[in-house]
Formats: sequence, C-alpha cells, structure tokens
Amino acid sequence: MSHGPATEWKEDERTSKVKSKLGIWMFAGYSIVYAVFIILNVVKPQLMGLDVGMLNIAIVYGFGLIVLALIMALIYNALCGWAEQKALKIIKDEKKAEKIKHEAEKAVK
Amino acid sequence: MKYTPSIWAILIFVSIIILVLYISYYFARKAKTSSGYFAAGGQIHWAVNGIAFAGDYLSAASFLGICGMIAVAGFDGFLYSIGYLAGWIVALFVVAEPIKRLGKFTFTDAVDAKFNSKGIKLIAAISTLIVSLFYLIPQMVGAGSLVTPLLGMPHWVGVLLVGTIVIIIVATAGMASTTYVQFIKGALLLGFSLALVITLFSRGFSTAPDQGGTVPYPEFKTIQVQSYAEEKIIPAEKDYKVVSQWETTSGTKTLVFVELDKEGVQSIWRFNPDKNILEETLFVTTYRDGKVLYNGGTINEAKFYQVGNLLDIEGKTPAKTGTLDPLNFFGLIKNSNVLLWSKQVIKDDARSITVYYQNPTPGSEILKPGRIYKLDSAKGATIYNRLDFISLMIALFFGTAALPHILIRYYTVPSPTAARKSTIVAIAGIGLFYILTLYMGLGAMTNGVIDLTNDNMSAPLLARSFGVIFFAIISAIAFATVLGTVSGLIVASSGAVAHDIMDRYMGKHMSDRKKVMAGKITAIGVGIIAMVLGVVFKNMNVSYLVGWAFSIAASANLPAIIMILFWKKTTARGVIASITVGLISALGLILLSQKTFNEVYNLPNVVAPVQINNPAIFSVPLSFITLIIISLITSKNPGRDGITDGQG
Repeated sequence: MSHGPATEWKEDERTSKVKSKLGIWMFAGYSIVYAVFIILNVVKPQLMGLDVGMLNIAIVYGFGLIVLALIMALIYNALCGWAEQKALKIIKDEKKAEKIKHEAEKAVK
Repeated sequence: MKYTPSIWAILIFVSIIILVLYISYYFARKAKTSSGYFAAGGQIHWAVNGIAFAGDYLSAASFLGICGMIAVAGFDGFLYSIGYLAGWIVALFVVAEPIKRLGKFTFTDAVDAKFNSKGIKLIAAISTLIVSLFYLIPQMVGAGSLVTPLLGMPHWVGVLLVGTIVIIIVATAGMASTTYVQFIKGALLLGFSLALVITLFSRGFSTAPDQGGTVPYPEFKTIQVQSYAEEKIIPAEKDYKVVSQWETTSGTKTLVFVELDKEGVQSIWRFNPDKNILEETLFVTTYRDGKVLYNGGTINEAKFYQVGNLLDIEGKTPAKTGTLDPLNFFGLIKNSNVLLWSKQVIKDDARSITVYYQNPTPGSEILKPGRIYKLDSAKGATIYNRLDFISLMIALFFGTAALPHILIRYYTVPSPTAARKSTIVAIAGIGLFYILTLYMGLGAMTNGVIDLTNDNMSAPLLARSFGVIFFAIISAIAFATVLGTVSGLIVASSGAVAHDIMDRYMGKHMSDRKKVMAGKITAIGVGIIAMVLGVVFKNMNVSYLVGWAFSIAASANLPAIIMILFWKKTTARGVIASITVGLISALGLILLSQKTFNEVYNLPNVVAPVQINNPAIFSVPLSFITLIIISLITSKNPGRDGITDGQG
C-alpha cells in the first residue's frame, strides 16, 4: 500500500524539484565546510589551538559551524518560500484564467 | 558522592510529573484513531513542532552527557555538539520535505512508499527498533543518574520512575501528548540553560571556587618524599606509614601510587617524580564482598569531594575575577592552568581501587581537541585514533536525519512546507543549546562541582552551586528531558511493531482501534525492556551510547533514504540489502570495539579485534555500495513477491 499525501499541497507539487535541487546544493556547500573542519583536525591538529583574539580556531570554527547552519537554513527557507509564493500566484492566475474562460464560454452559449 | 535531597527538589519534581500526566490525560481522547495516536492527527503547528523537535532531540545525552564530557575533557565533548547540530542540515536540505511527502506514520512508510515490499517493511521496522533501543539505554541511564541527587533514591528507582511515567504518557495519548511534553520540555531546557550560563558569567572565576560561599574548596595536600631508594617510596612526614605501593602505566607514562596510613586512616597518593612529592588523590575502593568506600569512608561519611578549579588565573594565584562575558570566559581559561583529574584503576587480590589523580593542564590545551580524540602524532596519535574521530563526525552528521524518532515528527505537521519551517525552528533552538553546552561544561570544570564518580551530573551540580531551587528546577527539567525523548522513542518503536510489522508486514489489516491498542501494548513492552537496559548499563557515559545509536542509524537508514530520493535505479532488494548490511556491520564493529570490551564486557586488559570505537567510516560506505550493487543486479528481475524491483 502506498501512502499519498494527507492533504493537497499544490504549491509544493510544483516546486518540489526546485526545492530538492536547492537543498542538494546547499547541503553540498555545508558538507564542504564541515569536511574541512574534520580534515584540519586530523591533518593539522596544532592549527586548532591558534589564537583568534580571546578565542582559538577550534572554538571559532565550532561556533561558526553552528551559526552557519542557522544562516543557511534561513536562506533556504526564504528561497523555498519565494518559489512557493511564485507557484501559488501561478496557480491563482491559472484558476482565474480558467474561470474567465468558463464564463466566456457560458456567455457564448 | 553523597547527595542530600531537598524539599524544593521534591516539590518541583512532583509538579513536573503532575503536569506531564495531566497533558497525557488531556490528550487521551484525541488519540483514538491511528493517525491521532501515531502522528498527533498531522495538525501540529510548525513552530510548536520545531520546539518539540528540540525537546525530542536534546536528550539526556546532550544535557547530561555532553556537559559531563566537556567538564572532564574540555573541547572534545563539544565535538558532539557540533556534529549533532550539523546533522540537522542533512535533515533540512535533504530529508524533511521528501519524507513528509512519502510517509504517513513511520520511517518504514517513507522507504517503502515506492516499492510496497514486505522485506523492506520488516527490515526497516527491525532497524527502527534497534536504533531506538540503543538510544533508549542512555536516556534511562541518565534518568537513574538524576534521581539519586534529586530525591536521594537509588539509580534503579529513577529508571523505574521514568519507565513508568513514559509508559503512561505514550499508552494514553501517543504522539499528541508526547508532542506537548516535548514542547514544554524543549522550551524550559533552553530557557533555564540560558539562565544558568548568565548566572555563571555573573559569578566569575576563582582559584578556590566555593559554590557561592556554601562549600569551601578542598585543599589537596602534598607530602615531600624523603627517598625513592630501590623503588620504594619513603615519605618525609614520619607519621605516615607506607601500606602498599603500585606501579602502573597509562599510555606511555609510568604512574606510581602509594597507600599511606596515618592514625588508622588510609589514603592513596600519587608520586610526582618532577617535584619529588606525593599528591593527594581521590579514590573509590570496591571490595570483593561488594562493599564500596569513598576516600576510605562510606558514602554517608561524605569524604569524597567535588572538584574542578583553575590553578591560577592568567598566572596569578589565589585570584578571583569579576563578571565574565561570552568572550573573556574563554580568554581567561586559555591563559590559565586548570586542575583536571585523570583516572587509573588498580586491582589487587581483595579489592579494585579507582584512583582519581591530579592532572594540571594549560587552559589552551583544554580549548582544543585532543584529550579524548588523540589527533596529534607528536602526542602519540595513531591512524586508529584519527579514523575513530572521522568516523564519529560522520556518524553524527549523517545519523540525525536517520533517527526514526526524529523522522516521525515530520508526520505531525500538515504539509512539507510546515516540515521545513519546523526544522528551521529546531536548528535555531538546538544550535543555541549546543553553544551553551560549552559554557556549562567548562563552567562545571572550573567551579568545583564535578563528581568524578558520575560526570553525567556536571550540569545539574553546576546549577546546585547557585542554590538548591536552581538545582531542583534544572534537575526536574533534565528529568523531563528524559521523559520527552523516551516518549518519542517509544512512539517510534510502537509504530514499528503495530503499524509496520503487525498491520503492513503480517497483513493483519487491523481496524484503527485495534492498531492503536497494539501500539499501546507495544509501548508497555518496549518501556519494560528500556527499564531493564537502563539498570544494566548504569555506569556508561551516556554520550558514547548515543554516538553508537547515531552510527547504526547513519549506516542502516540514511543510505536507503538518500538513494530512494535521488537514484532512480534503487530497487527494493537493494534497499533491503543496504539496511541489513548497515545494521550488521555497524553493530558488529561496535560489539567488537575496544570501548565495548572495556566498558560493557568489563575486559579492560583484553585487546579487542576492532581498534576504532565508532564504525560509521566503514559501515556507511559499505551500506551505500551494497545498495548500488544489489540494485544494479536486481533492477531487471521480479521480486519474490511478484513485484518488479526498481519500479518507481
């Protein structure tokens, strides 16, 4: 038995491919930053102790990964939201056009 | 360490339990249908769901385990915080919306949506149960650790209490009550953790932290060594008589300990050859008959101290600072020396002695990786140490988006958009909390609050140093933390058994009512198993265990999820093989690892066949490769159940 969506998400249907592609690219971007953190720790562990003001690279990079996740999440949400709004507008316009067409056909009859 | 319960602690603790039980009672009538029971009707607001995500995810491992690990080892514990949070990126960018589109109640629904394969239903349900059980153990261990200082009861009572309450929460109202318990707990945990860190800043640092003037910091004695002739230590103070002497090794270092007797009181000292002195230690002696003594006294004699302090502050001692800020908190630690404590176990015919000895360490060393995960070859790091570190970071990154109890929360919101938004709220809340863990852990390390016999208690004990009411609130929240996470895990397990196995795999075609009943009965069964395991694994640091749950989830579940979403040639048999290989390889490597030999089998002197403790670096790629190979082989062949593999 296959489970379909519980409700209709028309704007989601139209944007899912775009959102998925965007997600993959952003995931790849974050993965690179995360992988660099791991590689630096393994290859140049002494680097992690270098001073950055009152902090060191380990803390700055660690906090940076957490903050970057939130920033990228907000950007992703804004872009997805924009795509969904655009899709919603197209759906509304299509409905409107359909309605006008229907009314015109009715008038002709 | 001896803990004395307070009336405030009991009152706040009981209030939390009453609140939780009331929520369960209130939502019980909404959980009559399977959708209401397993997915809270799919109508939770995304903001509530986001905080509930935080409540679900910020488990005992995060609050107790990570803070405890940072308190005794420094930055290495924070690596868990980084990895746990980074994992949410995979959840948001790759998994959140597709999972919502594909599934209904469980992780199995999503991986099986394209195939309708009995094999997938069974193996995905088994995977859900195994991951959930591995995740449940540390939660129950954490519950036991909390109830001892809070209510003065033994560890097993805490486990029993959590188990019973959670069974009530899940068996009455399933995901509906679980969601609101997690929401309240998530909000409280974030709020009070922030309050704890602000209070910590206002206190400042001291070289003799006295817990706000309530507990004088113990002064650890030293004794000059008169001679070390023929490898026998003779103390300069004549009233100390040498009873025993042991020479042991820790890595490449040789450690010498002596047991001294003064007026019938025994104590253990470590010989410091550089200064030619004996340094006082803390020690726990376990005799063959089961008797346990703490610093030579019973637990009620309270001879075992809380420890952890700065030896100097930027070179000055004694010294005290004013109010701190988020930056100079690290700056001061970096430019000071910290008194850490290392552990060594000594055994003779009649007893086993765990000795905690002083290990002064520059603050700059504490604020970078290397104390648990040895990465610097100049300090003896091996290739296995490095592989272990990489493996852990892979498991944490890929494990989050594959945890069944996290995935089912995507079914409680009405749409994929709501799933995405709730994940972003989760990232904000969880990210804030994980930043706070570094402050709380280092705060415990430097404020004289660490109980060396139980580092899981570091954060609640830090709260206790600010007063018993703060301690009571933080402990009650920590207890609610366990309740929230365990509830989610039991709902996931209950869905795996009732929905995936009984209804869909066995084809029982149960009515809605019967499915809910089966879910409730399963919840009781899983709850009882969790209680037993919580008692058995009492002495393990909870973060290690959760790390293993992440490894298993990342190896068994994530490759299947990713490939189903992004590789059209994925077949049902490929998915079955991938989950099976991921499960077996991850579990097998964990069971044969040195850490399991040391801490689970209690065989610290036996060399384990597997030298790394985290399996993900091998098991995740293996699971991906298996899926690809089997999918390519089976893409044209019909499955045994008559369904063509590879259909989309």
